[in-house]
Amino acid sequence: MRMISITSVVKRMKKNSPLMTMALPGVLFLLAFSYGPMFGILIAFKNYNYEQGIIGSEWAGLKNFEFLFSSGAAWSITRNTLFYNSLFIISGTIMAIALALLLNEISNKLFRGVLQSSYIIPYFISWVVVSSFTYALFNAQNGLLNPILESMNMKPVDWYTDGTYWPFILVIISAWKGVGFSSIIYLASILGINREYYEAADIDGANKWRQVFYITLPHIKPVVIILTILAIGKIFYADFGLFYFLTNQSGLLLPVTDVIDTYVFRTLQVTGDVGMASAAGFYQSVVGFTLVLLANYAVRKLDNENALF
Amino acid sequence: MNSKRMHAYIPRTMISALLILLAICCIMPFVIIISSSVTDEMTIIKEGFQLFPRNFSWTAYQFLFQHPEDLLRAYGVTIAVTVTGTVGGLLITSLLAYTLSRKEFIFRNPLNFYVFFTMLFNGGLVPYYILVANVYDLKGSLLALILPLMVNAWNVLIMRTFFVQVPEALVEAARIEGSGEYRIFFSIMVPLSTPVFATIGLFLVMSYWNDWFQALLFIDDRAKLPLQYLLYNILRNAIEVASLSRVGGQTINTIMPTESLKMATVVITVAPMTIVFLSIQRYFVRGITVGSVKG
Repeated sequence: MRMISITSVVKRMKKNSPLMTMALPGVLFLLAFSYGPMFGILIAFKNYNYEQGIIGSEWAGLKNFEFLFSSGAAWSITRNTLFYNSLFIISGTIMAIALALLLNEISNKLFRGVLQSSYIIPYFISWVVVSSFTYALFNAQNGLLNPILESMNMKPVDWYTDGTYWPFILVIISAWKGVGFSSIIYLASILGINREYYEAADIDGANKWRQVFYITLPHIKPVVIILTILAIGKIFYADFGLFYFLTNQSGLLLPVTDVIDTYVFRTLQVTGDVGMASAAGFYQSVVGFTLVLLANYAVRKLDNENALF
Repeated sequence: MNSKRMHAYIPRTMISALLILLAICCIMPFVIIISSSVTDEMTIIKEGFQLFPRNFSWTAYQFLFQHPEDLLRAYGVTIAVTVTGTVGGLLITSLLAYTLSRKEFIFRNPLNFYVFFTMLFNGGLVPYYILVANVYDLKGSLLALILPLMVNAWNVLIMRTFFVQVPEALVEAARIEGSGEYRIFFSIMVPLSTPVFATIGLFLVMSYWNDWFQALLFIDDRAKLPLQYLLYNILRNAIEVASLSRVGGQTINTIMPTESLKMATVVITVAPMTIVFLSIQRYFVRGITVGSVKG
């Protein structure tokens, strides 16, 4: 063991002091806006009122949770959140990898760049704007989609009141917005693979599919695993804008589109029930955190090198 | 570059065709919005939104620019918030990321964890709302639109990973010549890291330009509403549209171009973001990949 004397620590601290002042503003920002709310999570166990503040309010034990779980909402929002996020993770990852593999076949860099840019543009558009696109497609008076259905002798659909198609709609829109972006990272790691592997495989007579399965996919596996762990860590967090704006906040769609985030927001904003909203938030944070630890643990068991931490 | 075998499986032209088709799908909604914004209102009402403009008309834009006060004010708010937030965010994020990239920094590991942990655990909306609105007392202030989005772990870690790739020798050489940390940072790291600054800058511009959530939570005053929130109001109700174009009783004969007006507002909202993206995108792919793949 190395002995560290106090003077040498002081000396190093002194030497590091410019670095410490450089880090300080960022550290304070995270403290204020990330760590602050983490401690505020106590509020779920309190009978919060605005006068007394977080610390001053009375303890309420598990009362807020009893309300939440007896309301029946807890189950349906959990189911919806997990259902959509699993669907998004699976479909999104597969599509992004497929897109990256296809783009890899384009050798003209300019052409590839133009294609890539057009796939990424939707990522930079807000959900409010995307909701104007879907409104143009779905709205009952002059939407684009119903006339097409009618021309194919199908019954027009009342999109904003009929929940049947929303799982598909949400998956498609979420892919439209996000897949181009995630494919950048996959494409970059594919392009980073040493070309000699493919040349050797060609000489051995391996066809394109075999090259994909035995060279490309194993090489991008670490990236896929890391991104998937991060996504699983967020599986309890829904993309608020997607579920809030695209559905036009139609009450009739809530059974199929209400997720934890929209529920918390609505509870807070509409009914002003801080207790119930914070209990739902606490549940979300704790289960979400547990899931990321579990996902990482599972990866570490299977394949130590690729674990995130 | 590869064997001829693959041509037997998936001809390259088919791949190109598929990719072009996908690109069209990504761009199509923008085309619909733009053409609807320049289509005569009656045509939209009778025949629905258009892929290509028929019965061309500038009416929506004319309405919008007749009394542009609300729109201009929202533009002003969004631009002010975006510029302040992006400049401040880039500075604070890059400084923190730089310290995390220095091996001799004694707090490097604990700080790395401090930053990373915020990606794993999150206090949730309610404590966040109460903290910002009541404890920091930012409700109704433009600062509530700026400060919370300024620093996030993801951006810090991407930047750190990029800085780690900058050759150590350059930093050492500067140190031998007696440069301090700030000098090394501003005269070596920053100039060598254009792609990652462009990338994180773009992320920040995007999160500020597209933000409606902070406004939804913290802003009630109409004069402080950002562009996205105004757009949201306009899309939600035609009353907003009427007040925006101030037609009142004066122009009873003309039809209010409600639908095309909505679309024209979308065009005006999206255009600047798209232009920023297109002008930065050549750095973007490099910034994001160097920063995150090896992270």
